[in-house]
Amino acid sequence: MIEALQYEFMRNALIAAMLASVACGIVGVYVVVKRIVFISGGIAHAAFGGIGLGYFLGINPVLGVLPFGIASALTIGLVSKRTKLPEDAAIGILWATGMALGVIFISLTPGYAPDLFGYLFGSILTVPLSDIILMLVLDLVIILVIFLLYKEFLSLSFDEEFATVVGVPAQRLYLLLLCLIALTVVVLIRVVGIILVITLLTIPAAISKQFTHSLKKMMFLSVLFSAAFTTCGLWLSYSLDLPSGATIVLVSGICFLISLFIRRFSVAVFR
Amino acid sequence: MVSQEVASLKDVWAHYDGVPALEGITFSIYKNDFLGIIGPNGGGKTTLLKIMLGLIKPTKGEIRILGDTPDKQRKFVGYIPQHSLFDRDFPASVWDVVLMGRLGHARRFKNYTDADREITLNALKTVGMLELKESQIGRLSGGQQQRVFLARALVTEPKLLLLDEPMASVDVALQTGLYELLERLTQRIAIVMVSHDIGAISIHVNKIACLNRKLFYHNSKEILPEELEETYKCPVQLIAHGVPHRVLKKHQ
Repeated sequence: MIEALQYEFMRNALIAAMLASVACGIVGVYVVVKRIVFISGGIAHAAFGGIGLGYFLGINPVLGVLPFGIASALTIGLVSKRTKLPEDAAIGILWATGMALGVIFISLTPGYAPDLFGYLFGSILTVPLSDIILMLVLDLVIILVIFLLYKEFLSLSFDEEFATVVGVPAQRLYLLLLCLIALTVVVLIRVVGIILVITLLTIPAAISKQFTHSLKKMMFLSVLFSAAFTTCGLWLSYSLDLPSGATIVLVSGICFLISLFIRRFSVAVFR
Repeated sequence: MVSQEVASLKDVWAHYDGVPALEGITFSIYKNDFLGIIGPNGGGKTTLLKIMLGLIKPTKGEIRILGDTPDKQRKFVGYIPQHSLFDRDFPASVWDVVLMGRLGHARRFKNYTDADREITLNALKTVGMLELKESQIGRLSGGQQQRVFLARALVTEPKLLLLDEPMASVDVALQTGLYELLERLTQRIAIVMVSHDIGAISIHVNKIACLNRKLFYHNSKEILPEELEETYKCPVQLIAHGVPHRVLKKHQ
């Protein structure tokens, strides 16, 4: 691993992995405790439309995902809160429609779409500096919003009705949370790709939830876990010549299974 | 001296998909009132409370809480829901949950103040849950959780406290203590408590009403037996509480 760091692409990949860990560690905690994993999955997949839009307009596809992801986050939030359409139906419709839009945009784009596979399944080894800067900016936005509205987001996740009753603008906060998820999707695209984003949004937070009942500690642990999984996955994919995104996801999945055993074992010991 | 009016409803109607849940509700609540509202399941009790909180909009009628609309006056209204639908594994301690009650007073973008923490500490003492303040909320028994939610409602420093079946999962031994606490609170505020169980309306309430889509209320502790029967759609044995001699009405 050390000698691999001589290469600039490896250094960039490692920085990207750390930046992604910050975003998914923090936002993933809300995704898990508020049980909006599938809304997040819907936002992530719908964001594929943004990739297509990026190709169509001839800009960096990741920049296309930013507005598209936020638009789908707001749509899914407003539809599920303001209409009688069941939330899961809204998710399913948006999920497929967003992806279909992406396919149409790409087919309308003359020529052949390079790196498409990378956006779907991650291409951390080819992440350019411009994307690293974008990831850093988005990380800072996420940290700032959570820092300023920590107590409001805690009450929103715990009991939305009570939050409303004490005068917290719960609906607007919920939409803001979905937008943060959209930003996290943008940060994660280069690391694991749109299809696999949901892993890093759930597994690190789900593991840390088993070991603490403090939301702050859970965030801290999740960031550490995602940093460990992405680094480990990166190293394995480098030494075994496997696709990086899928390797990171498999490492996370295996660690989740191990954590379940550790949890059972420790509960048995402490009783 | 005329007591201060805390809430008033004028001809309030509510519908679910066109089916009326409340029909022409008109009544007022004053400071020092401890109003018990009884009625069968599905009689609109929770709907009435949610309307007073501004969580549900009435299809017709006017509601005033301290002279303004419910959604503007929320920070003066405390609420204990019948069921708190939260995840049993949710990573929050008893302390975190009660502190959330201060959100209406705390400044946005700022942390809670020492005053907020002081009030939270006192509320936990009041409901006897201070020793368990570090416990995860989901690990507590139903009755303990109910006391935590009472503390959470108390720290909002409400002028009106709305309780939805508050004693449902509380031990009888604890109920007396909590009722006495509520009774003390009515020296400063107004309390509305709803329950489907006539027996749950204890000697501690000082006014009583019956609700089954329509409300029977005379701003007093008297309920006519006919009204009780109209509410429950069956003959009801009436036991008058809080008077030196108990009166048992006969079936007609």
